[in-house]
Order: sequence, then C-alpha cells, then structure tokens
Amino acid sequence: MWIYDKKLQYPVNIKNPNPRMAQIIISQIGGADGELGASLRYLNQRYAMPTDEIKGLLTDIGTEELAHLEMVSAIVYQLTRNMKPEDLKKYGFDSYFVDHTAGIYPSSSSGVPFTAAYFQSKGDAFADLTEDMAAEQKARATYDNILRLADDPDVIDPIRYLRQREIVHFQRFGEAMRMVQDRMDSRNFYACNPSFDKNCGDSCPSRHCRFKES
Amino acid sequence: MKTRCEIMRTIQKYDFALYDLMLYLDTHTQCREALALFEKYRSQREKAVKEYNQRFGSLQADQNQNPEQWEWGKGPYPWEREAN
Repeated sequence: MWIYDKKLQYPVNIKNPNPRMAQIIISQIGGADGELGASLRYLNQRYAMPTDEIKGLLTDIGTEELAHLEMVSAIVYQLTRNMKPEDLKKYGFDSYFVDHTAGIYPSSSSGVPFTAAYFQSKGDAFADLTEDMAAEQKARATYDNILRLADDPDVIDPIRYLRQREIVHFQRFGEAMRMVQDRMDSRNFYACNPSFDKNCGDSCPSRHCRFKES
Repeated sequence: MKTRCEIMRTIQKYDFALYDLMLYLDTHTQCREALALFEKYRSQREKAVKEYNQRFGSLQADQNQNPEQWEWGKGPYPWEREAN
C-alpha cells in the first residue's frame, strides 16, 4: 500500500508562467523517458526480482519516481497558470489546450499519449536491471535537454534536482546488478534466469552465491 | 518563530537525507555509518513534523489533531505555489 505525504519532495515555486516551457517539460510526465514510465517500470518489475534487497530497492525507487511525477506536474501546473486566450497561440500551447485546457495529461512534448509500451517487465533480473540503468541515463539526458532550453532559475532549480536523482538511481541499479552477478557462476552469468529457474546460481563456487539462502 | 515555509523546508531536507540514505542502505545493508546517520535524521525529522502538525496541520491523514473538524482536505496543495 501507499500513504500520501502532503508535500513535494523538493520545492517548486515558479513566479512567471511560460506555457511553451510547460509543453517541453510535460515529456517528463508522459514521455518515453518520463517519471510515470519510470515508476511503473520499477513497480511492475519488482515482483520478479531474485533477492529481497532488490525487491526493496525497486519498490523504493519506484515510489520516489511517483514523487518526481508530482514535482514535474507541479512545474507544468505552475507554468500554465493564468493563461489568457491570446497567450495560447503566442506560446504554442493551442494544440495542447484544445484537448486538455490547462489540465495535466500524461503525454510527450509532441503530444503522444503515455503508453505502457515505453517499458518492459521481462521477468529476467539481468534484462530488467540493464533496462533500468539505461532508463535512468535516458531520463538524465532528457533533463539535460530541458536545461538547454530553460532560462528561468525557478524552473532550472527543481529540474537540476531531478536530474541529479537519475544519477543516484543509476548508481543504485548498478549495485543491484552487481549483487545478482555475485550470486551467479562468474563463468557464465546467463546460464540460467535467477528470476525463474530453480537452483540458479548453485554452480557458483562460493557459498554466497545461492539465492535460496538470501 | 519559524514560518510554515521554513518548517516545511526543514522537513524536506530531513526527508531527502532519509530517502537518499534509504536507497543507499538498500544496497549496503550493513553500513554502520549510514545506519547511524539514518537514525540521527529520523529523530530530528520527527520533531520538525510534530511542530508542523501542531501549528499548520497534517502532512498525513492520521495526523489530524482537531477533535472538532477533519482538516485533512485543507489546502494549499503541494503543487500550488503557496505551499512552497
């Protein structure tokens, strides 16, 4: 279960609305490398993870991604406050406005709605953790691109924070990958699927390898 | 006396430290330094949350302290500028 904490993970307080910037940043809500996809990716993948520690890590990072989804939504919400009809065309917000007015809808910057096809849940720890590491890098690159387009310090500050979290998550996923490798036979990590095959890792020479003892 | 915004900032700082430590501890389960830091920030956070609850209301629904009225639904909401 989850319990709502009535606060943002990091403050968002944007003085000057800017619908054009909102339409760029909305990609981190509903785009291919956005926070919604990140959260659903980890929260769905966690069931197939082979150790308790990694089930916990995916739960905790998936939960933090929901807090990031709320932060990015707060940025878009504040950037689209008090819009006048003449602003909509001027700031290129008219095509979003016609479908969603000033409501928050998970789509990419180019208007493609969110889809679960943006992520996989392969049921294979190596495949899933490798995807997770790539996902953090792609999200980091998206934030880098947003920082290239943003000039308002009120926007730049929370975006920098979110970018930094991608790097921390990448590090943690790398450690999780190592934790799985350490329990496999180093002569062939891929001889079996630790998320599926019974007795996987038993041919590893060290007693630490065995998943059943974890 | 601290403003609502200042206490909120204090809680956010502790929460951030605790969340980052939690992810670190998820993959370093026996790191005593991180465990000690987690405990330190956890107790400091508790004090700040208690002060917030008494003066400004609930951060979680079960923190309601008013026997006359259910105040959980009161704004401002986190995504609104006034809350930040």
